[in-house]
Amino acid sequence: MTKIEKTFKKLKQQNKKALIPYIMAGDPSLEATKKFITEIAEAGADIIELGVPFSDPLADGPTIQRAGERALKQGVTLRKTLSLVEGIRQSTQIPLILMTYYNPVFKFGIEAFVIEAVRVGVDGVIIPDLIPDEAGDFIGIAKKYKLDTIFLLAPTSTEDRVRKVAKASTGFIYYVSITGITGARLLVDDSMKNTLSLIKKVTDKPVAVGFGISNPEEASSVSSLAEGIIIGSAIVRQIAEGGDIKNFVKTIREAI
Amino acid sequence: MNKKTKKLPDGKGHFNGYGGRFVPETLMPALIELEQAYKKCKKDKEFLSELELLQKTYIGRPTPLYFARRLTENLGGAKIYLKREDLCHTGAHKINNALAQALLAKKMGKTRLIAETGAGQHGVATATGAALVGLECEIYMGSEDMRRQSMNVFRMRLLGAKVTEVTTGSKTLKDAISESLRDWTTNVRNTHYILGTVFGPHPYPEMVRDFQSVIGQEARRQILKAEKKLPDCLIACVGGGSNSIGLFYAFLQNNIRMIGVEAGGKGIESGLHAARFAGGSLGVFQGCKSYLLQDDDGNVLTTHSVSAGLDYASVGPEHCYLRDLNRIEYTYATDDEAMKAFELLSRTEGIIPALESAHAIAETVKIAPAMPKDAVIIVNLSGRGDKDVQEVARIKGITL
Repeated sequence: MTKIEKTFKKLKQQNKKALIPYIMAGDPSLEATKKFITEIAEAGADIIELGVPFSDPLADGPTIQRAGERALKQGVTLRKTLSLVEGIRQSTQIPLILMTYYNPVFKFGIEAFVIEAVRVGVDGVIIPDLIPDEAGDFIGIAKKYKLDTIFLLAPTSTEDRVRKVAKASTGFIYYVSITGITGARLLVDDSMKNTLSLIKKVTDKPVAVGFGISNPEEASSVSSLAEGIIIGSAIVRQIAEGGDIKNFVKTIREAI
Repeated sequence: MNKKTKKLPDGKGHFNGYGGRFVPETLMPALIELEQAYKKCKKDKEFLSELELLQKTYIGRPTPLYFARRLTENLGGAKIYLKREDLCHTGAHKINNALAQALLAKKMGKTRLIAETGAGQHGVATATGAALVGLECEIYMGSEDMRRQSMNVFRMRLLGAKVTEVTTGSKTLKDAISESLRDWTTNVRNTHYILGTVFGPHPYPEMVRDFQSVIGQEARRQILKAEKKLPDCLIACVGGGSNSIGLFYAFLQNNIRMIGVEAGGKGIESGLHAARFAGGSLGVFQGCKSYLLQDDDGNVLTTHSVSAGLDYASVGPEHCYLRDLNRIEYTYATDDEAMKAFELLSRTEGIIPALESAHAIAETVKIAPAMPKDAVIIVNLSGRGDKDVQEVARIKGITL
């Protein structure tokens, strides 16, 4: 059982939901990211998702795009993000997931990337522009080295797609709560409930919901429908505005 | 060319390893829906005859195949024919694809069209198609390109389209594509995305190729009539690669030399270019696997070309495949060479070409003189140069 699977199992036994905050590596600096990770872990996060900056982030809304641009200006790359994780592992063992676009991984070399990610202590990878249909090599290699591969589902997903994505995902399934990009407005409606129940019908793998959760109320209503929530743009915005993220994560923790 | 070539892409949109679908999961149902709708329309007599009628009465097809006598004499070698896509309605080959996709979107019951544009030609073509079939239209354009092509921005607005400025990244074509994909991801239920070239996720490379292949089908008939033989060489510029594949596709089975001309910008060694084959490597970008100008960390590089339509970091996946087969040769022309060709064609033939097409003319200038006088070259004159006149004046330091 992987660290991420263990985390979801333990939370289930405690009747709790997973809180998965997202931050961008290197925004505003790699040092700051290191500090944020410690703070977020202390504030009650169960898993942390670490964004890797990319020049053309087509699944991201303006908030995370700007964060990525700031990080790229600092010269942050996939390689440097991996070194950051290696450094962090000396102070916290919280499960860490990288969210990276596919091209940096492809350029790194898929197997070289997986080996290095596992070596430095990455537990799972989300690649928003890689669908299972194109991920044969990646899934095979990740399985070999026991790295979780988390794929996404959306409100538009048909039963066919749900089956395919559920099969390819390990650790958990990332349900994108809206048809849209990160940080767009959340809408907890019937279509979301329908897709979630369709996922539940097909698989017993945990589901975490992300994209668009920005406050404790939304976190609370979404968390009742799934095993976990991912909160990204709202935290990234706090960082950009110099807010108190530790406190922000705490209020979300208390709400779910 | 063997039969295998014709069958590609395979069911997953792969051209022998290139292409595919690298998009957010949210878009998958839309891409599958589009693929199925396109398959159906390809065999739908009503759709095809409606398209054919509009090609004839609206776009102005068939476009002429013109023997450029003065250019031929000037270069002193092979006979040069120009396929006059510049005479299409709206001034470039882009309308062939935009209009066909607008019809398809209407058939699919979509109410809104979106598109990216660099130089503005595809944006104008899409806005035109939207006006013709009566759909709402929004065009994404980088703020840098809006500045360079202000007349096209106004044209799109006159045609009833909303033009939205993209201020992220390099503020050019690639950022406009990302923004279009974001819009599509958000509004996928009622919106169709008219991608302007043989790029992006399957089925776009295949579908756009098919909609543009009318260029080569006509040219083949026309040259057989004019010269009683097939040409010896075909030349076209390659940005995403739709006008070139449009001309080349009908000739792939024949033993004819084909040359794709990329934007050499200020030269390959300067790093300021958009020559993906000469300076790039394999990567995954905006929906497909192809050659890409990228750094060692997999971030996409900023490109440069005097011609906005060729100023893009990647190239259609089928071109990679045809290059591997040595079926098409790829070379490049620099900004300076393209500018000289721009003026040469204007003066010798009274035809002001688009700066994109001027790259194809520049290659013609290089190879025609050494070819025998009975050899025949067809150059795809993909667009007219009116849109570039101001930019050319600016580069030459002339105030209008």
